[in-house]
Amino acid sequence: MTASQQHLTLAVESGTGGILLWVALPYVSLAVFVLGHVWRYRYDKFGWTTRSSQLYERRLLRIGSPLFHFGILFVLLGHIGGLLIPESWTHAVGISEHTYHVLAVVVGTIAGVCTVGGLVILIYRRRTVGPVFSATTRNDKAMYLSLAVTIGLGLAATVAANIVGGGYNYRETISPWFRSLFYLQPDPDLMTGVPVLFQLHALSALLLFAAWPFTRLVHMLTAPLGYLTRPYIVYRSRDTQLGSRAPHRGWERIR
Amino acid sequence: MRVMAQMAMVMNLDKCIGCHTCSVTCKQAWTNRTGVEYVWFNNVETRPGQGYPRRYEDQERWRGGWELNKKGRLALKAGGRFKKLITIFANPVLPSLDDYYEPWTYDYETLTNAPLQEHTPVARPKSLITGKDMKISWSANWDDDLGGSSEHGEKDVLLNQVSEKIKLEFEQTFMFYLPRICEHCLNPSCAASCPSGAIYKREEDGIVLVDQDKCRGWRMCVTGCPYKKVYFNHRTGKAEKCTFCFPRVEVGLPTVCSETCVGRLRYIGLVLYDADKVLEAASTPDDKDLYEAQRGVFLDPDDPQVIAEAEKADIPRDWIEAAQRSPIHALINTFKVALPLHPEYRTMPMVWYIPPLSPVVDAVRDTGRDAEDHGNLFAAVDALRIPVDYLAQLFTAGDPAPVDAVLRRLAAMRAYMRDINLGREPDASIPESVGMGEEQMYDMYRLLALAKYDERYVIPAAHAEQAHSLEELATECSLDYEGGPGMGGSGPFGETSGGAAPIAVENFHALRDRQTSDTPAAPTGKETRVNLLNWDGKGSPPGLFPPGNGDGPGSPDSGGEVEPRP
Repeated sequence: MTASQQHLTLAVESGTGGILLWVALPYVSLAVFVLGHVWRYRYDKFGWTTRSSQLYERRLLRIGSPLFHFGILFVLLGHIGGLLIPESWTHAVGISEHTYHVLAVVVGTIAGVCTVGGLVILIYRRRTVGPVFSATTRNDKAMYLSLAVTIGLGLAATVAANIVGGGYNYRETISPWFRSLFYLQPDPDLMTGVPVLFQLHALSALLLFAAWPFTRLVHMLTAPLGYLTRPYIVYRSRDTQLGSRAPHRGWERIR
Repeated sequence: MRVMAQMAMVMNLDKCIGCHTCSVTCKQAWTNRTGVEYVWFNNVETRPGQGYPRRYEDQERWRGGWELNKKGRLALKAGGRFKKLITIFANPVLPSLDDYYEPWTYDYETLTNAPLQEHTPVARPKSLITGKDMKISWSANWDDDLGGSSEHGEKDVLLNQVSEKIKLEFEQTFMFYLPRICEHCLNPSCAASCPSGAIYKREEDGIVLVDQDKCRGWRMCVTGCPYKKVYFNHRTGKAEKCTFCFPRVEVGLPTVCSETCVGRLRYIGLVLYDADKVLEAASTPDDKDLYEAQRGVFLDPDDPQVIAEAEKADIPRDWIEAAQRSPIHALINTFKVALPLHPEYRTMPMVWYIPPLSPVVDAVRDTGRDAEDHGNLFAAVDALRIPVDYLAQLFTAGDPAPVDAVLRRLAAMRAYMRDINLGREPDASIPESVGMGEEQMYDMYRLLALAKYDERYVIPAAHAEQAHSLEELATECSLDYEGGPGMGGSGPFGETSGGAAPIAVENFHALRDRQTSDTPAAPTGKETRVNLLNWDGKGSPPGLFPPGNGDGPGSPDSGGEVEPRP
């Protein structure tokens, strides 16, 4: 419990800057994330696509893309486990802090390395393969930069805390702060004492979330899980919308 | 019984001269946009040959269509739902651009900009993919008319399935053209492969379409379609396919490819089928029974019970009548001369073909015998195993019997009609020898040789009370070329992002622009446009006079016609 007491003392020093960074920014980026997606879905369904470049090049993509995507899915699971599930719950089911920590570091590092490796292959491909590069918009470049910075900082923070330092228990600071945002009782003090790499990772992620709806990353939200349950062949009727009207009453077909 | 109507096509291959008019007009109408330069909703292949994309029929490689799994149940050849989702990040069997071709344009500007020089300037080919100079090495019809040659014919997938002897003799035998569009299958494997559920089959007329707003570019449909007739637009990241020209068909017009067909070899009409039987027919154990199984799915539109069921299924009366007059129904079921393309893919294709008799006729003629005599022709059909076996690979999963029967029927018609044309006594034994009556034979001749526009295309218009809004098309519009009226420029998220402008709004703007422009073409200075035709003489429209000071006659705030009424 010494660690948390230490943070409490540091918390006194957090001021306007802390509130801006750890209260205002998260809410703004969350709002932009949600409303941005709603707006994009209404305004730009046609642009809502993966914009796959597999037609141009497939050798590098076949390695890089699954590596990156499966890596980032595991990273996502790890973040859900680390940020959303309180420490007390894992304690309650008998997972000690040490076990959790070892598990998180091992799985997280493997997933992180896969993600970064995949991303490096994909960025290399995007830059060096002519057709792929010429199909890259400025929006894509900004997105790649922001994504790479966020992932890089995240991996750096983990490595720095666990390999260089003696480990850092973010589940006593970052996770409660993250959850506090959703209780609508945000506590910026929890974040002020966090190592700077973790802080930067969180900030860059918040910025990435704010940009998310305006990039090709939107394809993540329409991951086709419905495919597992729908019938194979989809039948659809011509819509009855503009330019047509329902038959008048009294003309229903006699069966 | 669950009656559904299907818009279908039959092509008479004997009449195809390989002029590619269908391909060109289709391309002009539908795929003259960036991102779909390599896309041919309609293409004409030389057979034997590789096809487009190259060797698309090699399903061991491309994994298209359906197959029966170990339990004898129908399954996607490229893998089921779970496998699709696992491989979604990099589709392992997607054809690359090399399998189609790298589209290009020419650097025409050099021709006008080049300084005076000794040699004529040259317009170099520029890749439309990279924008760089390129060497043209392949294109959509690179092996046009060369299909039978040893260089290209050898690569034909079907030739490798017929015997070695045939392969050696082959180049001396025959060649014909095969126009292909999307098959609008009864059991479409592209739709089944689409993770987003964006590809759908229309309930009313069975046309298979891609909802451009729901497509997310997962590209599984390209793999799923064994005919490789779903294409990936590499600029918009969406799948596109032949639409059976549904905006035309809905108002009773034939598709662009049919309308412009020089040989008049295409027929369009309705087929009624029993939707409950499709799965069972597609699961027929033996590939060679699939042709008959699919014919078993079709319903007789003259059967009173079928009519009653069709009315219960809300099929309008005039559609049922159109199904009765349908040339497709006649060619497939009455005369039995049309065959499906590759029934062994188990998608229940709905564009059928009348196999060409001309290779047989040509062979007989080359021997110096009478090529119109049914005896000679029948003997030749029996003797010329090579074209028959090849056609069987195309149309009946390798079973020569149905192809034999069709060719004999065509040969009988040829011999029987010659007697009539020459004023001789018609020989009733000829139709009889192929199991047809004299009148039926003449009807078939009429449909194949004389049929006019309204007999070849029996297309009932869509009903307004159930119409898809013709105003707001779900798919692409041919006005959507770059800078065209359908585009409105690139949105902030790359090529053609942003909602498609509703056509009513487009019309409004186009009309207003035209009414308010000074010149018919390329109006400039939009703010100074004036429309004198709409000016009723009251006040002065803005732009009529040069801007004066204050509230002079040229003031934009003055009265007159400000907003023209379209």
